[in-house]
Amino acid sequence: MNSGNKKQLIPAQYKELLIKYKMFLILFIMIIFMTIASDVFLTPRNITNIIRQISINGILATGMTFVIITGGIDLSVGSILAVSGVLAAFLVKNTEIPIAIVFIMSLLAGGALGSINGVVIARLNVPPFIATLALMTAGRGLAYRISNGRPIVDLNPAYLMIGRGEFLGIANPIWLMIIVLIIGYILLQHTKFGRFVYYIGGNEEAARVSGINVRRIKILVYTLAGVCAGLGGIALSSRINSGQPQAGLTYELDAIAAVIIGGTSLSGGIGTIGGTLVGAFIIGIINNGMNLMNVSPFNQMIVLGLVILGAVVLDMQTAGKGK
Amino acid sequence: MLEENNILKMQDISKSFPGVRALNDVDLTVKKGEIHALIGENGAGKSTLMKVLLGLYDQDSGDIIINGNHVRINNPHDALSLGISMIHQELSLVPDRTIAENILMGREPKSKIPGIFSWNKLFDDADKLLKEIGMKYNSRDYVKNLTVAGQQMIEIARALSYKSDIIIMDEPTSALTDTEVDLLFAIMRKLKKSGISIIFISHKIDELFEIADRTTVLRDGKVVGVRDNADLNKSELIAMMVGRELTNIFPKEVVEIGEVFLEANHLTRTGVFEDVSFKVRKGEILGLSGLMGAGRTEVMRTIFGIDSLTSGELLVDGKIVHIKTPSDAIKLGFGMVTEDRKKEGLALVRSVKENISMATMKDYCKHSYIINRKEIINSKKFIEMLSIKTPSPKVRIGSLSGGNQQKAVLAKWLATDCRLMILDEPTRGIDVGAKSEIHRLMTQFAKKGMAIIMISSEMPEILGMSDRVIVMHRGRFKGELTRAEATQEKIMHLAIGEN
Repeated sequence: MNSGNKKQLIPAQYKELLIKYKMFLILFIMIIFMTIASDVFLTPRNITNIIRQISINGILATGMTFVIITGGIDLSVGSILAVSGVLAAFLVKNTEIPIAIVFIMSLLAGGALGSINGVVIARLNVPPFIATLALMTAGRGLAYRISNGRPIVDLNPAYLMIGRGEFLGIANPIWLMIIVLIIGYILLQHTKFGRFVYYIGGNEEAARVSGINVRRIKILVYTLAGVCAGLGGIALSSRINSGQPQAGLTYELDAIAAVIIGGTSLSGGIGTIGGTLVGAFIIGIINNGMNLMNVSPFNQMIVLGLVILGAVVLDMQTAGKGK
Repeated sequence: MLEENNILKMQDISKSFPGVRALNDVDLTVKKGEIHALIGENGAGKSTLMKVLLGLYDQDSGDIIINGNHVRINNPHDALSLGISMIHQELSLVPDRTIAENILMGREPKSKIPGIFSWNKLFDDADKLLKEIGMKYNSRDYVKNLTVAGQQMIEIARALSYKSDIIIMDEPTSALTDTEVDLLFAIMRKLKKSGISIIFISHKIDELFEIADRTTVLRDGKVVGVRDNADLNKSELIAMMVGRELTNIFPKEVVEIGEVFLEANHLTRTGVFEDVSFKVRKGEILGLSGLMGAGRTEVMRTIFGIDSLTSGELLVDGKIVHIKTPSDAIKLGFGMVTEDRKKEGLALVRSVKENISMATMKDYCKHSYIINRKEIINSKKFIEMLSIKTPSPKVRIGSLSGGNQQKAVLAKWLATDCRLMILDEPTRGIDVGAKSEIHRLMTQFAKKGMAIIMISSEMPEILGMSDRVIVMHRGRFKGELTRAEATQEKIMHLAIGEN
């Protein structure tokens, strides 16, 4: 077992670990740096703040992880989030439907839109970028249609509990993110479905030849991304007490960024939910940290852009070396 | 004195790849204004030799002499500037652009405005060139509107526009109709008259006698002979191509052959293959031979449900079956080791264990939840059974050697308990040791009553492992030979379409 190559500076097995957990290491370094740089950073209040801020991105990015592992991409999750958000707000405001049913209906709406992506991609062989770009545009239009172009405000306080309430002292959106992450983790690592997702991303043709129903899995993956977006829409609209048709603009990009920073390969076959969580945390800490240090929001965007680029370059440099 | 005439001389060219010696002291001499045929079985080294000439591969040793000068060719650009160009089997034109743009790509004529090229001059230049060669095309037409033959002509025009003295044509007639072939040959003769030399690679013996002046025969990376075509006849040529001594010992054992497992009747996939029928029995190894492009892989792909069948019927254990997807085939007990394990066999970024389980995930799951212990036990079983050399089942399969990767593909199908294993070029690109291990495993499978169909382009493998050989030629069944009947010559005769 311990046949480490003595010529190397760092023994092979450590090197492999280092490459595998590099983003975790970077996150750790960032936390240490911020703790030294700011007195406020490592306070319970600020930490919960960060987690609450990344919760919606964390939910979207979980679905996005599945999509990107199959070698696809989903640009429509921001729009789906808006549709579910306004739909939920509309139903809460204008009907007597119980909140629980509204919740489920909005999730299903997100899933239905996602499944449209899946069918277009898997059945009509439209490239995922194009298919989801189309739904990004159409979905946004749908959100405006439902809300008639105006935010739907002053919602039922019971509905607002979803986004504003707490359970065991922890904000509900955080609970939602935790639940989604756990379900995502179990699905991806411990079920046949998750394994098929990896196989398809690793080699779609080999998966097909091995008898896997590639189309079905792809449709399910985009549906899952849609359900996650739907949940994000509910959480957001109830937190801001408003179904905003323009909600979630560019959220798809944040989700993609979290997934990529978390080490998921855009060419498919590789990636984990844990990595995505780390990615979401890195984005959250950069934003939070720069706020604390009074960096202008404009510069924050520049830094974030560089971080995304750096993560991908680092991944490409170390890819294949860990095998 | 004769040297004067030789425009190209390749001397003692050797080239090795890991595990294979692709070229072994090969000589090739081409005279000015000669059509020189280069012939040999699949894998004889023709392509490798041409890649060395084009600078795509670096030879391990040997010299290239052009017009009496020693040259070094490091890349295709060097080759072009030395007057060598190649027309590939797969055309390299841009279909959505005009003929003129394709011919003069990268060398567009300048206009008066710096940085902007002149469209008019581009078309004029191209038209002029086409006229010179005697091709009646309008350079403003789009390449996608041309026939395959037309596109080939444009490739030739492009080659000539570089003022090439030597044009390599790799199977230029494989996609052409007879009239188109005549047209191509007419152009080739014209080029020859104007002093251009052509290296003509072909599998088609008749064509070679029609068009070529001389022939160099390669076999197993060595030159077997160089002859003037005037002194050469077909049987002699075939004997030269295949006449190797069969020294390889194959671990073939006599196995009791059982009932018919699979019967295929009149299988047709329009435009790909036609009216193919065969049977394979339990315990039997059926060899499927033929030249590249004969349609062997395509037949197997439809049987496995990867591509669809136009007509024909399949019987398994005497009952008619309908196979629409690979999953149907797997349920019937088929397994398929595809030709290209990287493209269709393995997920290279995933682990050995995961690749072995790819076709049998449901066996390790309880209500969709993976029971890790079951999966790992299973993968270890096959790693041991096939002696796959890997540090652990969790290692990325891409890091293993080709032979071990191939064994993992075998393991994937063994895990399905398949009753028919289709092996498409099972030992391509793996070293000698792993090869014989795979052959030994095939014998073991046959002993257990598995039916095996093996596609192979390696004659010794076909002869050494098959109980029966069927040969395809141009998408059709050409003949069947028993193990006792089969010889290299007989198979080659059938494979090139002779009876």
